[in-house]
Amino acid sequence: MADEALFLLLHNEMVSGVYKSAEQGEVYVPGFLFHKEHHDLQENGRCITKLENMGFRVGQGLIERFTKDTARFKDELDIMKFICKDFWTTVFKKQIDNLRTNHQGIYVLQDNKFRLLTQMSAGKQYLEHASKYLAFTCGLIRGGLSNLGIKSIVTAEVSSMPACKFQVMIQKL
Amino acid sequence: MQLGPAHPIPALCPDLQKSSELFTLTYGALVTQLCKDYENDEDVNKQLDKMGYNIGVRLIEDFLARSNVGRCHDFRETADVIAKVAFKMYLGITPSITNWSPAGDEFSLILENNPLVDFVELPDNHSSLIYSNLLCGVLRGALEMVQMAVEAKFVQDTLKGDGVTEIRMRFIRRIEDNLPAGEE
Repeated sequence: MADEALFLLLHNEMVSGVYKSAEQGEVYVPGFLFHKEHHDLQENGRCITKLENMGFRVGQGLIERFTKDTARFKDELDIMKFICKDFWTTVFKKQIDNLRTNHQGIYVLQDNKFRLLTQMSAGKQYLEHASKYLAFTCGLIRGGLSNLGIKSIVTAEVSSMPACKFQVMIQKL
Repeated sequence: MQLGPAHPIPALCPDLQKSSELFTLTYGALVTQLCKDYENDEDVNKQLDKMGYNIGVRLIEDFLARSNVGRCHDFRETADVIAKVAFKMYLGITPSITNWSPAGDEFSLILENNPLVDFVELPDNHSSLIYSNLLCGVLRGALEMVQMAVEAKFVQDTLKGDGVTEIRMRFIRRIEDNLPAGEE
């Protein structure tokens, strides 16, 4: 489907836009309190948060549209399955390859060929940049779950591209 | 007697609808974020145009690969391809082409409904925001890659109370390839 290309390019632009504006707005003064690494780390955190927040809003909107005509979910696991199948398929054109849980509120969603990473070199070269391209999706999951009444923290990790794992920690109310 | 198409054209398939919602919503989140990041609307407009440009220069490859469209012989043909093939392919709409300038170097794309603004309402304090400005950047960037310098801008916008959305396109010049000396 053609308009997928548009989304992929837009997502790339969002990532590079957020990071570029962080670079330009840099007010780093070499001082005795700050280390450059520390500052960069903070800056990176801010960018990730921004992307995550955008994803969150999109997730909220999408889940409302997707669940308009679905039956009520049985339980938490049922919701997670919906995210892994229907939600993932609509957004990324494939299902999550593996869903694991400890039955105590932690779910690990594994995608062996994550759409937003497939355009990058599969070697180790860009591994450290992968997190930029996962933040939006973390937000997407968190936003979707949030509108289904589940509060969560979502993190992602990549050990070898383009596979990645999203870890969902449910926050018990 | 009027004849309809032999096969009824199916309504926009639900999948396409769903994934264009993904684009629409993502774009919305981006504009919202930019409005937070920049102090005035002009800067947001500029940023959207720039991002659009970056998308356009890449999108053209995807477009050429997918559409199998050959070289256009004049600007009118280009206009047709943009409206009937490109817009259809990526946004699922076919804008109409009107208001040709006598010299044939300017035309308008009229978008009856703009999918980017499906869920959008502009707040009062953003009256000079050109919400869909990304599109202008995309058009400019994509055409630049096929040796056409154009100017694209919104002259009407349903978000601002106009009846339709209108993008005005102006042909500026053909970009000649400047090959390094000694190369063919």
